[in-house]
Amino acid sequence: MELILSTLINGLSLGGIYAMIALGYTMVYGIAKMLNFAHGDIIMVGGYVIYVFMATQNPLLAILMAVVFCVILGIVIEKVAYKPLRGASPLAVLITAIGVSYLLQSLAQIIFGSASKMVTVFEFGSVKFLGANVQISSLVTLAVTIVVMICLTLFVKCTRVGRAMIAVSEDKGAAQLMGINVNRIITITFAIGSSLAALAGLFYLLKAPTITNTLGAMPGIKAFTAAVIGGIGSIPGAMLGGILLGIVEAISYKITAIAPYTDAIEFSILIIILLVRPTGFLGKKRREKV
Amino acid sequence: MSEIILETKDLGITFGGLKAAQNVNIKIKKNQIYGLIGPNGAGKTTIFNLLTGVYKPTAGTFYLCGEELKGLPQDKINHKGIARTFQNIRLFNNMSVVRNVMVGLHDRPEYKCTVFETLFRLPRHFKVEKEMRAKAKELLKIFDLEDERNNLACNLPYGKQRKLEIARALATNPKLLLLDEPAAGMNPNETEDLVKTIQFIRDNFDMTILLIEHDMKFVQGLCDEITVLNFGTVLAEGDTKTALSDPEVIKAYIGG
Amino acid sequence: MFKKFKINHYINYIIIGIMTAVLAAITLTGGRLDSSFIYMLEKMAISIILAVSLSLVVGFLGELSLGHAGFMCVGAYLGGKTACLLEPLLGNGILTFIISILVGAAVAAVCGIIIGIPALRLRGDYLAIVTLAFGEIVKSLFQNTSEESFGGTLGLDTPRYDKKYLFIFAFILVLVTLAVVQNFIRSKHGRAVTAIRDNEIAARATGINVTKYKLLTFTLSATFAGVAGVLYSFSNYTVQSLTFGYNYSIDILVMVVLGGMGSINGSIIAATLITFLDIKLATVLTGDLAVLQNLIYALILIIIVVYNNAPALKGFREKYNLNIFMRKLLRHKHDPSKIKDDAAKWDVVPTKIEMNEVLSIDLTPPEARDLTGKGGKK
Repeated sequence: MELILSTLINGLSLGGIYAMIALGYTMVYGIAKMLNFAHGDIIMVGGYVIYVFMATQNPLLAILMAVVFCVILGIVIEKVAYKPLRGASPLAVLITAIGVSYLLQSLAQIIFGSASKMVTVFEFGSVKFLGANVQISSLVTLAVTIVVMICLTLFVKCTRVGRAMIAVSEDKGAAQLMGINVNRIITITFAIGSSLAALAGLFYLLKAPTITNTLGAMPGIKAFTAAVIGGIGSIPGAMLGGILLGIVEAISYKITAIAPYTDAIEFSILIIILLVRPTGFLGKKRREKV
Repeated sequence: MSEIILETKDLGITFGGLKAAQNVNIKIKKNQIYGLIGPNGAGKTTIFNLLTGVYKPTAGTFYLCGEELKGLPQDKINHKGIARTFQNIRLFNNMSVVRNVMVGLHDRPEYKCTVFETLFRLPRHFKVEKEMRAKAKELLKIFDLEDERNNLACNLPYGKQRKLEIARALATNPKLLLLDEPAAGMNPNETEDLVKTIQFIRDNFDMTILLIEHDMKFVQGLCDEITVLNFGTVLAEGDTKTALSDPEVIKAYIGG
Repeated sequence: MFKKFKINHYINYIIIGIMTAVLAAITLTGGRLDSSFIYMLEKMAISIILAVSLSLVVGFLGELSLGHAGFMCVGAYLGGKTACLLEPLLGNGILTFIISILVGAAVAAVCGIIIGIPALRLRGDYLAIVTLAFGEIVKSLFQNTSEESFGGTLGLDTPRYDKKYLFIFAFILVLVTLAVVQNFIRSKHGRAVTAIRDNEIAARATGINVTKYKLLTFTLSATFAGVAGVLYSFSNYTVQSLTFGYNYSIDILVMVVLGGMGSINGSIIAATLITFLDIKLATVLTGDLAVLQNLIYALILIIIVVYNNAPALKGFREKYNLNIFMRKLLRHKHDPSKIKDDAAKWDVVPTKIEMNEVLSIDLTPPEARDLTGKGGKK
């Protein structure tokens, strides 16, 4: 029972992180119609910024700087690498995004070296919760994730900018004709996605206080998996997919026989979902007009 | 009593709750030029998509020369003898004009050549390639495209792209040719030219043609029989003149 | 039959053939080539096979595969294992070599079919991500094998071949790859594949069996990735599953993109150049500086793709491009009728996908469709 509970909470908090990253993928995919391969690496950048600013011993400042830096980075990437390609082939955009991801990873390695860096942002212990040993950091992660998601949902549903986002994702051309500044909306989307990635970076550091330049690569791919499972382009879908994936991962790690195959299991789930229901759980299907 | 090429029986399809086409019964005799007309959204292109296997009919069925083709995939339907053009031209843009037509010839039994034979460059490969190229040139000549054969398809002017699409469809050696708005976007001269071309195809290829068109003059000048669709159902059918003077048809077009 | 012998169709065979023959002659007559040079030749051969086979999928079929290293991994392990098993029986000779290559290629081909049948229903980004997932799954599975079977985390040690000859075999395999890929492309079947790339819907309506050709191309590409994998296992004496992560797949993609989409010769040149730089830079840049190389590749990748595709730069591209430059250099007149018509252009590869519009229309075979109860004959 205790084991189940602690696994569940672990899974939920991990799922929260995935959901946070998946939101970035899904929003960008919904609005700019591109798979931002470099999104995962923003997490890593966020981690390193926290590492740098933790020299000031002020965790809040470090987190704030990480968010600000990632937002700026996200916007710069969008302006420099993706914007010129708007209207070009999706393959070209995807390859560019892969290039950006590579660039960020190698830049980080040049600046910080390949050895992993240690940084402790907050000292959290663990508490007994219904008899189970639960990391406080997991609970914090979970709580922050929930708050962020509620805010994001409200933002999209209730603000002008949020509604403009929905409009752009439905039909870019029509949105433009309605007077929406599509470029601005895309920039805002990248900014939001990147700030979420920065937070995800923080949560990774809470889970395990080491950073390497490939910190974001695997979580990035997995979060994309989560976004696809939930239905790409759908915000609740990204949350659902993230949580599901996190729980699967936590359970899989606890079962010794299949623990080494965790990655394989998660990717198999992705393949199966894509084949059975290619639009994910909450995605819409559209047909190509002939 | 000429042979019936295409027969649809209560053909219909629903998308969710929307009945895009229902109870469509069309009989096309050999060598006919048959028109399918109707206001926008009447379900004309949907019928084409049903006949070419893009959509599977949810009701009814259709026969080509007495053979039921319902449920076959698109390429199989094409092999059975239905070829089409598209409302918005779909060419292989980055391939030369002659290659576009050669793709049409690809699955004709006389040009059969296995992957194995091409990989090992057995004599049949060279023979087939040569014959296909010659045949493609022959087809292009009919459409006055011979001089353009080495240009990229996307560099052709609009009228010639339409012609090339028809040439490609003809290359598959169909029994029935479906033309989706062949005269769209053409000037009167080009349209006149097109009428001649279509008649030429009918006469020289022994072809049966089903076409969608909005230009009434074009339809009157070309079609032997027509079916008028509105909201997915047949409004009138038969001899072109009679069907067009049907009060229901006039009402649907002019409004009321 | 050979009314006009098109020299530019055969130029790559000729150059690689002559080079191989000369180097083979040197070694076989007792000359000594520097061992690091031989190592570089082997690596180049492997890269060329990988790049040419990937270019088949990316440049000619117009789909993006990020799992090429996965197929290579399968080939490397299975081919290497075959060689280990055969060594006591057949010795360390050419027979073992050939059988291992065949086994590696066959298993990679089977994997290509297994992953291809479902994956090719997807397009664009989704196909890319599924192939990426496949690569990661393969890596993870081999990582967790037992020590007796495939060596697990320690990796699989393969028999040592005489380095004097391995590179010759490697280049013979390069020629085989080239022959198969080019003969395929320059045939009616290759034409069907490029037709699918240009317009899948039209290809279907024209009677092309799209599923068959996509699967065929994908499998062919996987097969040669397998061959490259077996060569890799012989060249390195050991196979480590971690080598074949998705970074490796991307390295291969960089070669294809750098060489120009849909250009086999471009892929060959890019593969050779990048391998050469890789090895040369590895000796110059040590430690953390080694990533400087990755940084440069990443920058090159971004710059090339943005330059080639940005709609805003279209006019500039038409005015100043390599073709026109070369023509001026060779004082050729511009002849519009001599347009190369096989080359892929970016703006059509692959067909634009709507959000959520993932499945290419109705690729389900008719049998499967009948099971859904929406029809069935009679």
